[in-house]
Amino acid sequence: MSDKILMKGNEAIAEAAIIAGCRHYFGYPITPQTEIAAYMAKKMPKIGGTFLQAESEIAAINMVYGVASAGKRVMTSSSSPGVSLKGEGLSYLAGSDLPSLIVNVQRGGPGLGGIQPSQSDYFQSTRGGGHGDYHMIVLAPASVQEMAELTVKGFELADTYRMTSMILADGTMGQMMEPVSLDIDVKPAPEKPWATTGTQMAREHNIVNSLSLVPEELEELNFKRYDRYKVIEENETMFEEYKVEDADIVLAAFGIAARVSKNAVDEARKMGIKAGLIRPITLWPFPKAPFKAAAEHAKAFISVELNMGQMIEDVILATESKCPVTLCNRAGGMIPDPKQVLNSIIEINGGAK
Amino acid sequence: MAVVFDKPHALCDVPLHYCPGCTHGIVHRLVAEVIDELGIEGKTIGIAPVGCSVMAYNYFNCDMIEAAHGRAPAVATGVKRADPENHIVFTYQGDGDLASIGMAETVHAAARNENITVIFINNAIYGMTGGQMAPTSLVGQVTQTSPYGRDPKACGYPIKVCEMLSELVGPEYLERVTVNSVKNIRTAKKAIKKAFQNQIDGKGFSLVEVVSSCPTNWGMTPKQALDWIDSDMLPYYPLGVYKDRSAEQKEAE
Amino acid sequence: MSAKNMLFSGFGGQGILFAGKFIAYKGLIEDKQVSWLPSYGPEMRGGTASCSVIVSDTPVGSPIVSNPDILVAMNLPSLDRFEDAVVPGGMIIADSTLIERKVKRDDVTVFYVPATQMASDNKLGNLANMIIVGKLLKEIGDYTEDGLNAALDKVISARHADMKEVNLKAIKLGAEL
Repeated sequence: MSDKILMKGNEAIAEAAIIAGCRHYFGYPITPQTEIAAYMAKKMPKIGGTFLQAESEIAAINMVYGVASAGKRVMTSSSSPGVSLKGEGLSYLAGSDLPSLIVNVQRGGPGLGGIQPSQSDYFQSTRGGGHGDYHMIVLAPASVQEMAELTVKGFELADTYRMTSMILADGTMGQMMEPVSLDIDVKPAPEKPWATTGTQMAREHNIVNSLSLVPEELEELNFKRYDRYKVIEENETMFEEYKVEDADIVLAAFGIAARVSKNAVDEARKMGIKAGLIRPITLWPFPKAPFKAAAEHAKAFISVELNMGQMIEDVILATESKCPVTLCNRAGGMIPDPKQVLNSIIEINGGAK
Repeated sequence: MAVVFDKPHALCDVPLHYCPGCTHGIVHRLVAEVIDELGIEGKTIGIAPVGCSVMAYNYFNCDMIEAAHGRAPAVATGVKRADPENHIVFTYQGDGDLASIGMAETVHAAARNENITVIFINNAIYGMTGGQMAPTSLVGQVTQTSPYGRDPKACGYPIKVCEMLSELVGPEYLERVTVNSVKNIRTAKKAIKKAFQNQIDGKGFSLVEVVSSCPTNWGMTPKQALDWIDSDMLPYYPLGVYKDRSAEQKEAE
Repeated sequence: MSAKNMLFSGFGGQGILFAGKFIAYKGLIEDKQVSWLPSYGPEMRGGTASCSVIVSDTPVGSPIVSNPDILVAMNLPSLDRFEDAVVPGGMIIADSTLIERKVKRDDVTVFYVPATQMASDNKLGNLANMIIVGKLLKEIGDYTEDGLNAALDKVISARHADMKEVNLKAIKLGAEL
């Protein structure tokens, strides 16, 4: 028997955060991610940590801002409507170059929307989520194991680059149980000499701040931040390729859509259609290279998404319009069936061969 | 030669940007004096708001954080809980920040009896943005966004923060003071000191509301503004202690 | 067995999710690839409940079971809703205490188990779910007593350890049918 245990994706995130050394969690109840808060409420008091149910999503993200200012690993989690409320805080975290982790277990929108799985916050996440020029590192797990591993990775990247990492999951990933191994290596957090932990009368005061009224200086701050983003694009892009080498039809999908797409690729191959899948694991930075490479031999791309077509824009950009890119999607909390994806493949391929 | 008057160490040696006659300078100094006297500068983290005192992070020598508008009590909660034993945390907020956009954060930090100190500047107007109606603007008060005077039928009545919070079971200490005379400044300093001492003693949420002046946006001279506090502000915002749980408990014993 | 896609369905409180979890854990213990995905929503009690369970020799692709190899239907609305989705040649196990009608399909294997009545007759409380689990395991040729114990240890918390015995009894009862 393996050392793996069955865990819900939401619980795996919570436990992985604790493994990563996170001892501060702030949140507000919202379906379908409440298991994270419940898990933290149970665990944190027993390990000397803080669980606090905030009065609002806005307060929760600002509590995160406070702990991050003090240099400690900290997280919050929510679902789509709640993440919109956190948008202000996300922008301030970026403006102050603070590391933090936020989890979005997406549900269908817009507005209050529904509670079923969705990927309709792709734009919001990959373009920053709040006002101003900034990015978050956006990680898209496609299994419970990745929910755990990318949570640890998210904390590490956040600390390394002094920015927010977001786990962009969906209701399926949060609610499903799969075997998971929690034997995950954690890199120790780096020194944070910038943190506001009290001067101890031994240094100049530290200031955590996103206000900069001199435009020349604010521009310089933006330039520097984007230099850092460039390094992240070069070093931290993650993706998985599945049967892409000889593929005529290349699917692009992340999270649950990638799981569905994998089934469709296998079925298509059985029918003699050379299908493949590129699964971005980092949605920002978007893995442009594998798409560019696949565009050299592919006939067409299909972006499979649980939304009205958002990632497809990045696929079009990454393939530099060398191939047609079409959309295979469901929205509002519906999940495409492998058959629907297979039909898309067959159609684009011009029938089964 | 003996030094009889000096700048508190906790106050940075920089020019403040506040308007002539504004009482922010006085309150900054009182906070800094208290930090010096309690010997807590090295472990104090201050949270600046959005509003006139947004740049307070440049004025205090302790570590400082600039918070989003109204969110200072939530940020303070995070900083305090990051290291409750070693962090002394205060917020410094105006009336728009604390009682309008940040009212939820204020009420809930108080309800949790979060062990932080809140310095609340109530000058009945938005100063930074040029004199708009505040949640504490008086009935009839003329501002840029109440050009015919605050009409309670349209805008409701000004919020009495100390009175309102005193109904909560949570908070430890609430007092309203003002700084328009030497005597009142002394009382204000005592209150501020107590609000920090409470935190050191682990007693919880302590808020000092300082009724302040804004001669620029009130359209008055500094002297007129200080007099207007007496004539118009204090009748609606009476000075005094609105809650002091430790003292009440002592009395009960 | 390369992959078994199962769908458990009934109303909240019947132990639908628990039964699915048990099957998933049993698969995990036997070194299979598994996934368990519940329907989730506002119906916490008394509403419909269902879960997708996949037990496979190869990595699980989509965890969503739209066309089950095996459907466990523990009330009429579940049978009504999912009967047509079962793959041809698949299996349906129905709680015939609560479902009075017969399965309309003739291209699937059907077992009618009066599980709710049996649970009541044998003083097994609301363990109709585990009686059906016993039947399911027997019919897919996966019934071994060793595996049962280990899987029950995983799904029954220490706090409810006294429940293990009755669960075992219910599973055996189902397997003997």
